[in-house]
Amino acid sequence: MTGVPVLDLAGVAFAYPDGRQALFGVDLRVDRGERVALLGPNGAGKTTLVLHLNGILRPGAGSVTVSGTPVEKATLAQVRRQVGIVFQDPDDQLFSGTVADDVAFGPRNAGVRGPELDRRVAAALEQVGMAAYADRAPHHLSFGQRRRVAIATVLVMEPEVLVLDEPSSNLDPASRRELADLLGTLDVTVLMVTHDLPYALQLCERSVVLSEGVVVADAPTYDVLTDAALMARHRLELPFGFDPRAVGNVHP
Amino acid sequence: MGAGHGHGAGRSLHHPGHSRVHRAPAHLKVVALVTFMLVVVATPRGASWAPVAYAAYGACVLAVVLAARVPVLFVVRRMVVELPFVVFAVLVPFVATGPRTEVLGLTVSEPGLVAAGHLLAKGTIGVAAALTMASTTTARELLGGLERLRMPALLVEIMGFMLRYVDVVTGEWSRMLVAMRSRGCDPRSPRHWGTLARGLGALFIRSYERGERVHLAMLSRGYDVGRAR
Repeated sequence: MTGVPVLDLAGVAFAYPDGRQALFGVDLRVDRGERVALLGPNGAGKTTLVLHLNGILRPGAGSVTVSGTPVEKATLAQVRRQVGIVFQDPDDQLFSGTVADDVAFGPRNAGVRGPELDRRVAAALEQVGMAAYADRAPHHLSFGQRRRVAIATVLVMEPEVLVLDEPSSNLDPASRRELADLLGTLDVTVLMVTHDLPYALQLCERSVVLSEGVVVADAPTYDVLTDAALMARHRLELPFGFDPRAVGNVHP
Repeated sequence: MGAGHGHGAGRSLHHPGHSRVHRAPAHLKVVALVTFMLVVVATPRGASWAPVAYAAYGACVLAVVLAARVPVLFVVRRMVVELPFVVFAVLVPFVATGPRTEVLGLTVSEPGLVAAGHLLAKGTIGVAAALTMASTTTARELLGGLERLRMPALLVEIMGFMLRYVDVVTGEWSRMLVAMRSRGCDPRSPRHWGTLARGLGALFIRSYERGERVHLAMLSRGYDVGRAR
């Protein structure tokens, strides 16, 4: 896991135009093939941080580098191909009339056309197990199916890192498990923002805790979840009845 | 957010089928419909042959409906949208001036009667033709047709968004109504219209913010305003 990191944030600080400062110098490095959970209480700045990864927001200070490419105006198109963000509400992400059209949106913006486009759309839908729904309207799908299509719309860009904002929110337990199975099969670097701590333990070997705009912990997920003092300090709570020690460290 | 099957504006007007009318390219149908409507509207009011022309137009529409194998009742039932218009047309003979004549024991204005007749005939044919188009063309196909007719891509895109989000926004509104009702608000009572208006305001803000989030999601996938698709 050496070489150029996929994501490299150095001293990223950001304040919204209304003056509210959300990030106070965040350092974060994610290497190729890693699966990292980004944890933190509501309002910690997680979503703000995510929007920096593909240049939707630009840091007031510090720098964001994606696979060695600094995120700046001239590199936006390239960076947005490299960093695939799956937003929390699939209804925000799926806006076309059919599933296939929606999946084709990104590559079409990148200039892909014709049989190559069809092939990539089919492959991405196949990857998330939604190939049979290509001609359906996104709003006719169940929430879990929409979430999977939303992931396909990003996978089709063949990104170097997949950034998921609350992937398990609003899913019933079966859909949640199916999504975990799906994410387990993907051979891609993952940064997952979540409040779902068991999910983080299951899927990500490493966790980064963001609190009040700074990184307060960066360690194996198991160590973070078993550090009661750290958890309490940053309003992180395990769901009732869940004991990481009983599950054990699944990524030793 | 429930999977909204069965309701929503565009769908209930469409009658799925595989007839030649269904399969005809949407842009041809749009051109045919507009031309037909222009001819109908251009029929002179004074002409003695006007009733014959109306009958011919009506027969045309009926022929297309039959050819499309759309049940005539399907179209007729949806023609209730014309009702307010009919009420207006029926009022015309009573309020118009000019020489009076007697119909079913009622004294009405003669030019008013003629005007109402023309209005009704043109309106009914227009509504029937538009419904025939709607019942044989999905909203998606219609958008494709408009695109081929060189409608600006940005307008087509905006209409596409409307189609996509009409269900999401109406779903949100109905959930807000349920939440208001659950807390003792009765949307029918004028006393609560203020609450209702504030709810609509909130819905507008929410939809606006959703628009912003959709835009972010589009930018994240390399969308570039102004570039042709």
